[in-house]
Amino acid sequence: MLSRTADSLFWLSRYVERAENTARIIDAASRLAALPTGYGTTGNEWESALAATGCLDAFTEVYGEEATADATIDFLAFSPANPSSIKSCLEIARFNARAVRTALTAEMWETINSAWLELKDYGPGELDLGRLADFLRFVKRTSLAFDGSAYRTMLRSDAYWFTRVGVFIERADATARLLDVKYHVLLPPEAQIGGSLDYFQWSSILRAVSAQTSYHWVYRQSLKPWLVADLMILNRQMPRSLAACYESITRNLDLIAHRYGRQGASQRHARSLFTQLDSTDVDTVIAGGLHEFLSDFIAENARLGALITEQYLV
Amino acid sequence: MVTAFDEMTGSGSECRQGYEIVDTWLKNTPPELLRQRRHEAELLFRRIGITFAVYGDAEGEERLIPFDIVPRVITRPEWERLAAGLVQRVTALNLFLDDVYGKGEIVRAGIIPEDLVYKNPYYRPEMQGVALPHKIWVSIAGIDIVRVDADTFYVLEDNARTPSGVSYMLENREVMLRLFPDLCARHRIAPVENYADELLATLKSMAPRTASADPTVALLTPGPFNSAYYEHSFLADKLGAELVEGTDLYVRENVVYMRTTEGPKRVDVIYRRLDDDFIDPLAFRPDSVLGVPGLMAAYRAGNVTLANAVGTGVSDDKAVYSYMPEIIRFYTGKDAILKNVPTWRCREPDALKYVLDHLPELVVKEVDGSGGYGMLVGPKADAAKIETFRAKLKAHPEKFIAQPTLALSTCPTFVDEGVAPRHVDLRPYVLTGADGVRVVPGGLTRVALQEGSLVVNSSQGGGTKDTWVVDVPTAHQSQSIQQAQQQQQSAAIFI
Repeated sequence: MLSRTADSLFWLSRYVERAENTARIIDAASRLAALPTGYGTTGNEWESALAATGCLDAFTEVYGEEATADATIDFLAFSPANPSSIKSCLEIARFNARAVRTALTAEMWETINSAWLELKDYGPGELDLGRLADFLRFVKRTSLAFDGSAYRTMLRSDAYWFTRVGVFIERADATARLLDVKYHVLLPPEAQIGGSLDYFQWSSILRAVSAQTSYHWVYRQSLKPWLVADLMILNRQMPRSLAACYESITRNLDLIAHRYGRQGASQRHARSLFTQLDSTDVDTVIAGGLHEFLSDFIAENARLGALITEQYLV
Repeated sequence: MVTAFDEMTGSGSECRQGYEIVDTWLKNTPPELLRQRRHEAELLFRRIGITFAVYGDAEGEERLIPFDIVPRVITRPEWERLAAGLVQRVTALNLFLDDVYGKGEIVRAGIIPEDLVYKNPYYRPEMQGVALPHKIWVSIAGIDIVRVDADTFYVLEDNARTPSGVSYMLENREVMLRLFPDLCARHRIAPVENYADELLATLKSMAPRTASADPTVALLTPGPFNSAYYEHSFLADKLGAELVEGTDLYVRENVVYMRTTEGPKRVDVIYRRLDDDFIDPLAFRPDSVLGVPGLMAAYRAGNVTLANAVGTGVSDDKAVYSYMPEIIRFYTGKDAILKNVPTWRCREPDALKYVLDHLPELVVKEVDGSGGYGMLVGPKADAAKIETFRAKLKAHPEKFIAQPTLALSTCPTFVDEGVAPRHVDLRPYVLTGADGVRVVPGGLTRVALQEGSLVVNSSQGGGTKDTWVVDVPTAHQSQSIQQAQQQQQSAAIFI
């Protein structure tokens, strides 16, 4: 397929995934911000939300002020000044979709095009919570429908595999950032940070990735920060964990390499990251420094994106 | 102006053959239901994303072409005659182009003035003496046809460069089948959905001799900002061809390749929806970023086929158009089946004088204009506009032609006031490959939605209709069909 087409598919799925991740983070932050003080909230939930989406610097540049609820929601959800705002993501996704319409199925195109049309109904300045909740549901629904239509209707060929790789690289990045922002509450008690009041922070992380029920099924005990870390980083059963994302990335990159008859730098890099995630345990990760581990991961994940671009997309 | 011929009711209250069921349907369906269906059609188009961009319109970056839910009916005998005329005309166009870029016999025979061809802005000296492998210059033609009475069709324009609109022909039918399955089922409508297959067969038949047995076809688009981008992606999809932009292609040693995830891949046939001026910055406009440097060299070396060929604009110029009856006679030895609209070439002093004396009755067009821009419709224009054109004509008579204002036929159309007659034209698409000429029965009907308006262009507020070529009982076939069938035997035609 055309390199440009593969590039657009890769980014199309990344942007749809990014829109959903941002919606989940806004959702989690507004829950935490609504708790009375004394329930483990730090008072700057909105700043954490900005950090978790990697937008804190851009926000400060535009607003130059403290992260209030209104300003943050506006920036993360709608602002054209933020290239990763939900609105920007869906617009870029639709632009990419339009450029590669021939590579999409009718259902995928209709999903993204309808979302783009519906997006016009939502805008900043109407932030009552009911309306915001509608908007976030709409974003998640769009992402689910897009992902679902890709899964159910796309031919299993390189076009499909590139969209999958895009989804999982983006998802791994989002999970790692979310954990990195909250890493201090995930450290064991002897680290002198946190305490029982962090409970709501841990549960907010799980809620952001729809994993509360999964946690209880897997561990069958009350929330423990290191188990939250284990679930989100190393547990391959958990679809948003780093290990699960890399399992999918290596599989899809291998399918591409097999079809083209050639392995390359991106396959080697993905496999080495997956092996690292698969052969360690949560104690080792925490002993080595959770923050360091996550920062390294974010950088290596970004490097994989660059290698894929070099190998296939230009 | 005389009353227009209506394709459903003729000149009065009769119901013409082929329209009986539509007539009953319109009479028996409450307007609210029609309105609701029209709304559903609009939603459908919007969701599928069938939009077009209007140049110079900042607000409406993407707009829908209004769709009228009342189908236009053409009976099979009427169509057969039209089709025979189309095949004849496109065959002559190809022979004409091969001649003027070859020996130029038609010019030497004094049939057409030399300067009209060789000083034409669309004449490409780069193509002079280039022997195209299959002598086919116009693979895809969109011939604009208007009707003035039961028997008379005129050709208004020959679009021999990059005619657009065929996606609407295909999508309009899909929408009709979805919205009005009963109405469709009660007619025998000739299908149009095979157009893309016919187009692909046409394109593949013209692959260079050096190409592999299964040639690679690509559709070259100017990109997502082009007004017809929707159509480009739609067609590429139906063809199963890659939709490429200039930057996806490159030329090495006179061979065209596209950049793919698996490395370079050779391209054999390019269906280009990019004007001559832009296709190769080395050969034509150096500022073009849409084209492919070196493409012309590869083309002239015979390593890639372009459809349509470079330089076809010289045949669909409105001044050359006026010579079509002579051109057809010169190459086919027969009279044109489809009439030309009488045309005054303002470059000729007598004609200019007549035109200046009769401006309020005439339609004046730029010889190289398109899209309904830059034209004067005399009977609809005010004095000031007529004077503006008078000045333009005096300054540059060679840039204009004039034609009588035709009473274009009308078709019943569902507008805000209800069902009312509106003027229409028809653009059928004619495909020419190494293996013959193909015409898919039907075409794009454009309708001027404003009461009394004669301008059907989408950029000027026109809409579209589905066009049905329907079978009618053979007992009613008139003599003219038999004539048409006889004429048809002389041309290879697959319908």
